[in-house]
Amino acid sequence: MGTQLVMYDEEYNRINAVCDRLTKDANAKVVFIVDKNGQLISASGQTQNIDTTSLASLTAGNVAAMGGLAKLIGENEFPNQIHEGARESLYMTIVGTRVVLVVIFDTRTSLGLVRLRVKKASDELGKIFEALVKKTESPGGMGSPFAEISDEDIDNLFSE
Amino acid sequence: MSFINYSSREINCKIVYYGPGLCGKTTNLQYIYNKTNPETKGKLISLSTETDRTLFFDFLPLSLGEIRGFKTRFHLYTVPGQVFYDASRKLILKGVDGVVFVADSQVERMEANIESFENLRTNLGEQGYDLNRIPNVVQYNKRDLPNAVTIEELRESLNPRSVPEFQAVAPTGVGVFDTLKAVAKLVLTELKRGG
Repeated sequence: MGTQLVMYDEEYNRINAVCDRLTKDANAKVVFIVDKNGQLISASGQTQNIDTTSLASLTAGNVAAMGGLAKLIGENEFPNQIHEGARESLYMTIVGTRVVLVVIFDTRTSLGLVRLRVKKASDELGKIFEALVKKTESPGGMGSPFAEISDEDIDNLFSE
Repeated sequence: MSFINYSSREINCKIVYYGPGLCGKTTNLQYIYNKTNPETKGKLISLSTETDRTLFFDFLPLSLGEIRGFKTRFHLYTVPGQVFYDASRKLILKGVDGVVFVADSQVERMEANIESFENLRTNLGEQGYDLNRIPNVVQYNKRDLPNAVTIEELRESLNPRSVPEFQAVAPTGVGVFDTLKAVAKLVLTELKRGG
């Protein structure tokens, strides 16, 4: 089932910094980090005109479907995917076991450069997420912020 | 699997609407989408066939408000109900926090309901979840149709554990929000327990 994904300030800032740098170094339009369950973790670049929540959900659906296809032909998964459009292209790579790095780019850069920069960023992100999982699982972890809430808090959410 | 972000003070949970083909899962999401304030919802995404049958999933992000300073967001998904889309159903159950089983009350759909209910149990099991433990509710939909079987009969086959259950007529909204609220409450209660 895997553990719950919990994000803390320190790791969040480090992840955002990696995404910002990748956007610049790869000359990309947008860089996203998405949890395999469809939750958006980080977004960098020209995100104003993009529905980031939908993008996260569809990325997860796509990665899940491709993962299913991979298993059917005896592969564990397809770690990298490229989708080329007339103007914009999309590069996805699986980081570690539970997140996906998505880069949207256009003709101002090249697939080769994107690939090269993604490789480096992906290694860095892998380490951060590894540390994050350890932190969450450690006995000193912050656990769920919801442990303290009362039934009344939950009821209040639904009273209108 | 919920995602808690201490940095942006957000918590995201995933709810899946499950049930046999044409039972009204997508209709539930469409009703919620139509009746929710624009500022609390995102786009409703439907990956469907040309004949409007769900091909992969429908997706609707919804904000419920704040609890103790944390923005609470729910991601609602439906599965494709048709039997042959089983591989897709399994994928959509990944990371689920709560399940709504939508049953079609029509007598001729009872067999399909039972088959889908068993399929839910099996597919959850394959993902490491236990239907007896995961937050779930049952919705008896299409209560307005003349060929609807009795609630007792539906209950006996589809709600052996007496989880919260609701009667619904999804196109007009009867029972739709009650169902959603009930499953959302169960999910939050489970989070409180540290699930």
